[in-house]
Amino acid sequence: MLKIKNLKVELTAKGKSILKGVDLSVEAGSVHAIMGPNGSGKSTLSYVLSGREGYTVTDGSVTLDGTDLLDLEPEERAALGLFLAFQYPTEIPGVGNMTFLRTALNAQRKARGEPEMSSGEFLKEVREKSRTLQIDSEMLKRSVNVGFSGGEKKRNEILQMIMLEPKLCVLDETDSGLDVDAMKLVAKGVNELRHSGRGFLVITHYQRLLDHIQPDVVHIMVNGRIVKSGTAELALEVEKNGYADMMVELAE
Amino acid sequence: MTISSVTEVMDDERSVKDGVDQETVDAVQKISSYKHGWETDIETEYAPKGLTPDIVRLISEKNEEPDWMTEWRLQAYERWLQMKEPDWAMVDYPDIDFQDQYYYARPKSMETKPKSLDEVDPKLLETYEKLGIPLKEQLILAGVEVDEEDIANRKVAVDAVFDSVSVGTTFQSELKKAGVIFCPISEAVRDHPELVRKYLGSVVPMSDNFYATLNSAVYSDGSFVYVPPNVRCPMELSTYFRINAENTGQFERTLIIADKGSYVSYLEGCTAPQRDTSQLHAAVVELIAEEDAEIKYSTVQNWYPGDEYGKGGIYNFVTKRADCRGDRAKVMWTQVETGSAVTWKYPSCVLRGDDSQGEFYSIAITNNYQQADTGTKMVHLGRNTKSRIVSKGISAGKAQNTYRGLVSMHPKAKNSRNYTQCDSLLIGDQCGAHTVPYIEVKNNSSRVEHEATTSKVDDDQLFYCRARGMDEEEAVALVVNGFCKEVLQELPMEFAMEAQQLVAISLEGSVG
Ligand SMILES: Nc1ncnc2c1ncn2[C@@H]1O[C@H](COP(=O)(O)OP(=O)(O)O)[C@@H](O)[C@H]1O
Ligand SMILES: [Mg+2]
Repeated sequence: MLKIKNLKVELTAKGKSILKGVDLSVEAGSVHAIMGPNGSGKSTLSYVLSGREGYTVTDGSVTLDGTDLLDLEPEERAALGLFLAFQYPTEIPGVGNMTFLRTALNAQRKARGEPEMSSGEFLKEVREKSRTLQIDSEMLKRSVNVGFSGGEKKRNEILQMIMLEPKLCVLDETDSGLDVDAMKLVAKGVNELRHSGRGFLVITHYQRLLDHIQPDVVHIMVNGRIVKSGTAELALEVEKNGYADMMVELAE
Repeated sequence: MTISSVTEVMDDERSVKDGVDQETVDAVQKISSYKHGWETDIETEYAPKGLTPDIVRLISEKNEEPDWMTEWRLQAYERWLQMKEPDWAMVDYPDIDFQDQYYYARPKSMETKPKSLDEVDPKLLETYEKLGIPLKEQLILAGVEVDEEDIANRKVAVDAVFDSVSVGTTFQSELKKAGVIFCPISEAVRDHPELVRKYLGSVVPMSDNFYATLNSAVYSDGSFVYVPPNVRCPMELSTYFRINAENTGQFERTLIIADKGSYVSYLEGCTAPQRDTSQLHAAVVELIAEEDAEIKYSTVQNWYPGDEYGKGGIYNFVTKRADCRGDRAKVMWTQVETGSAVTWKYPSCVLRGDDSQGEFYSIAITNNYQQADTGTKMVHLGRNTKSRIVSKGISAGKAQNTYRGLVSMHPKAKNSRNYTQCDSLLIGDQCGAHTVPYIEVKNNSSRVEHEATTSKVDDDQLFYCRARGMDEEEAVALVVNGFCKEVLQELPMEFAMEAQQLVAISLEGSVG
């Protein structure tokens, strides 16, 4: 469903090249993981997929179910079913978490020509879905991400993901900064969303998340390229030996 | 006639009258995001153009006023002749020719005063209905999402002022039972002279400033409220001001008295048709809170702001002041200022009684070429008095937004406190925000705190919203509403929703 071909990206302001030809396909119903050292371009990939400003695509293409994503505005990509769980979710003071979620949900529905969700229906859904993630009503009322702990922010991203029911979920280091219990909650949320029509791209630094979310394919990204792809085994290997081997291979 | 067909008729009339083709009209309407720019086609009776003692007498006569009122007006007129227009505000507009406009405009159908709403010209009733202000009783202000049960049972009494006259006031009998007087001020002058004479001009003296003095001479109507001792007004009161006639100034006067231990919450709304020439609106509002009384005064100001090139729009030069006359009196001003080409307005509190309190919550949004110079004055005279100011200024386009505030602690105002918070938000890089605080502390037991911030709409916040599916305008509106939250939550719930939508509408076209 997601097809990335020879994607090359540089920072618009500095002209610095970050992604140097990424090829990746995520099929419906599968979970792909991307691992790699800090600074290798994982977050950049997630931002380019979702349409953030500041990056120039110099080559390659990205399609979601055949639609060219790169020409679309961020909100159009979201309405098509792309979701990014941010590595650093943004705080929006004064905007209630529920108001935010409802505005987003109805904006997507409107863009797709679907009827808006009534406030009653929305409340029911949110209450039900936040329970799985142990998000209480107090947290739903607070301003978006303001004063949230790291773990609360990440759980909130997953709540948004569950409510918005995207086709392709990109999770950028959703596990970092989480304790084991919080990570299990997040994994449970993701696993409940696993579905034959939905794809996942899980960016992570650590193998441990993949104990809870079993990936079908693991990719290793180093210095703006995917240098190796394999099964879940690959993640274990990286955990044991680090990326040094691959960096060396690359240098050669 | 249904509301939608009224719309069509009104739009058609306009295209014929202005001699422009429908295409132009449509194009203009598409550009403008102002939703209340249509006019009501109604026969209007004007007093001759210009300002003379005869015009002052004529207005007084139309209102069937007693001699003392006429004299008061004439005295104001004499004072006004000797005054100069203030020029210290950070606003810039062409000279106003005070002899080239009308000071009195009344729908012909209002010549004989309707005895009840049933007798009011249906075109006038439709006008308010179209604005979302139903004058039929038992209805709350429209535009509100009624999902809380409690709101369904709430009532709002409305006084509808159209150009120079009050068209009708709802719920009068129910209010009367509670002892509350809520009527057009023209009626109060005739029916309750003892109250009007005691309080009129006692907060904003006749010669207070250029515009207030002008208003004292030519004010045509407005609302009057009296809440007797220890009465909690059983519903929200509101006045809806509509300017319709061309080249006409609206000069209304509001007088609200909360007697000892009483409480009242009052809302004010205003709109005007979209026109190329600017129109003057110079109102005076006086609030008196006696011992232990509390007044909440909320405004949602949505006068026509002019087009995106700065043409037309209302000049909104308003004097609003509250006197916390008794001990422990409390006044709260909340304003959402989204309209007008030029706004000059400083709702103030004189904290005379010991332990009295004044609060000012303001959102001022300026877009395109709008200019707003607004703020408040908190004058602490009594001991242990407290004031709180929260101002949120938002500028977009080429607009200028100035907060101007005075906090004054007099020698006797021992142990008094003020807290001021002024936040400015800029959208784009061609607009301006200015904060001009004046602070005078004349005793050493009082404390004044002032905090000010200026920020830009944050790209990360906008991207986060857009990545969740909102378009850019929706994202800006959401972030700005969040920025205004502390003020929005002070509005009565009937107005809070409307105000939120207004925030969104007034920022249309500010991004992209
Ligand atoms: N806005 C930016 N300004 C400067 N450098 C950036 C910016 N965004 C990314 N980079 C650089 O791009 C590289 C890739 O970063 P990133 O995609 O965040 O990596 P990862 O998520 O894999 O840690 C890093 O060298 C980082 O410093
Ligand atoms: Mg990263």
